[in-house]
Amino acid sequence: MNTEYDGFDYSTSLAGASFPSPVFTASGCASSGKELAQFFDLSDIGAVVTKSVMNKPRHGRSTPRMAETPSGMLNSIGLQGPGIDHFLANDVPWLLSKGSRVIVSIAGETIDEYSVLARKIRPVQGISAIEVNISCPNVENRGMVFACQTDTAARAIDGVRKIIGGEIPIIAKLTPDVTDITSIASSVVDAGADALALINTVLGMVINLDTMRPHLGGKTGGLSGPAIRPVAVRAIYQVHSAMPNVPILGMGGVASGRDALELILAGASGISVGTASFGDPTAIPRIQRELHALLVARGFTSLRQAIGYAHRASEEGAQ
Amino acid sequence: MSTINKSAAQITATILSNKRVGAYHQILLSIGDLASVCRPGNFVAIAVGGESSKMILRRAFAISRITHGSASGGAMELIVAPHGSGSRWLCAQPEGSDVDIVAPLGKAFGIPTSPVNALLVGGGYGSAPLFGLAEVLKARGCRVDMLLGASTGSKIYAPLEGKRSASTLKIYTEDGSMGERGRVTAPIPSLIEQGSIDVIYSCGPMSMLRAISDLTTGTDVVHQCAVEESMACGIGICMTCVLPVKGEDGTVSMLRSCIDGPVMDASTVAWDLVGKTPPAVTL
Repeated sequence: MNTEYDGFDYSTSLAGASFPSPVFTASGCASSGKELAQFFDLSDIGAVVTKSVMNKPRHGRSTPRMAETPSGMLNSIGLQGPGIDHFLANDVPWLLSKGSRVIVSIAGETIDEYSVLARKIRPVQGISAIEVNISCPNVENRGMVFACQTDTAARAIDGVRKIIGGEIPIIAKLTPDVTDITSIASSVVDAGADALALINTVLGMVINLDTMRPHLGGKTGGLSGPAIRPVAVRAIYQVHSAMPNVPILGMGGVASGRDALELILAGASGISVGTASFGDPTAIPRIQRELHALLVARGFTSLRQAIGYAHRASEEGAQ
Repeated sequence: MSTINKSAAQITATILSNKRVGAYHQILLSIGDLASVCRPGNFVAIAVGGESSKMILRRAFAISRITHGSASGGAMELIVAPHGSGSRWLCAQPEGSDVDIVAPLGKAFGIPTSPVNALLVGGGYGSAPLFGLAEVLKARGCRVDMLLGASTGSKIYAPLEGKRSASTLKIYTEDGSMGERGRVTAPIPSLIEQGSIDVIYSCGPMSMLRAISDLTTGTDVVHQCAVEESMACGIGICMTCVLPVKGEDGTVSMLRSCIDGPVMDASTVAWDLVGKTPPAVTL
């Protein structure tokens, strides 16, 4: 892929982990990569962020699990997955054999589960980073979303940090469904997070007019897609403003290169593409090409020059 | 190696024709060489709404028939019921317009290697893929009988040319407006008892598939059903279209109907758990 971006430095890094391109999959929207491999070469994109995995295999929530909404969708999967042992034995080796860079996303029902997961991941070679998902909205008790409070958010990250020394960067994934996302961000950074993933889905509900009851089996679901992009831009902008040195993996409704550029300008060092892949299996390589063209057209010679550009005083700007 | 979505490709397909047939639209898409890898039971995911659409998800449609070798290459036929915003948009597209498709997706119907007696059961527009299947089965020397059912006559899809591929075709409507009054499942118990069926292929509403499955339980009749669950992606990455399916050891897993289906062995589906959460996984 280097020749394609000749003369332009498209590389990025998240707390020491380097990637040749800033465009990644989003956790929960690419399974473990095999499904998308038919449509493009997984080594051509920045990284595959795998679906958040828990310690044990899990069925997830009952159907219906999906409702399309204007420019978005609600999902209520409930972290269905094979469990960490099966995942590490099968999915990670397969991704690495394909030359993909791998960010493993983990989720726990308890603070302790995050530590258990970290202990199992630590000896595995070749993983670029760990995303600690403390903000999945589709858990039994919404009150247990760790990222809604500074103390529980910090404890979950602290548990992982104590296991993972400095060998693998830790990315904390946060929810925008809080009063002040910067206070949550600063608590997880204080607890040892190296980077932040912003944003998880936004909690929502659809009522079925035929049954006149909540449509989703799990009643509530996570809203994703272009409908939430302005929420993502706002959250990234606020957090980058408060903590300009903490790298951000930005996500939330990115469906085109211009959307990705918006998040980069707000302060994201990398971009995860999720829901767009549902509607377009080749969305990620397309967005990667579009973002590159837009950066070049604006006179940037590297991606890094554009990160957080929206924060600069306008007289510094090129225009 | 990846075997998921093995033959699938994303292409721009031109609408060759778009005709109203009863309550449905018969849409023919030019798909070139992709026709050679499409099998009865596969489906296609189509982007709807155009450039500035607020509809972000593809719509999945069963491929009803594949034709080869015309001047424009292969073509794919779809039977579409215009009942939602996405299917209404597709049905409104004129001949000559282009659509973005991903196909072929999903597991196809299993075709027996030696001739068998096959009963094809279709509910509503679920009958559409059965005509292409009937042609393939007939070419293998199978006897093909067909039962079609719907609430009313206008919702029966039974094209003249399709009828030729079946030895017999009986139609049932709940209001009696076409064929016999009653449910399409009514004659199945006696057909099983007579020993005149080896395999049932079914496509239609989940309640119909389950009813047929109940009738074949405890018999030697194999039942392959094409399930219908709402899907966001069609390619196995969104995990929304799951169904509880029993494995060889009896444990239930939530399988994706897009890549582990839509055609499933009906005896493995845990019908009583559809729409529920299976018991927690134990290891």
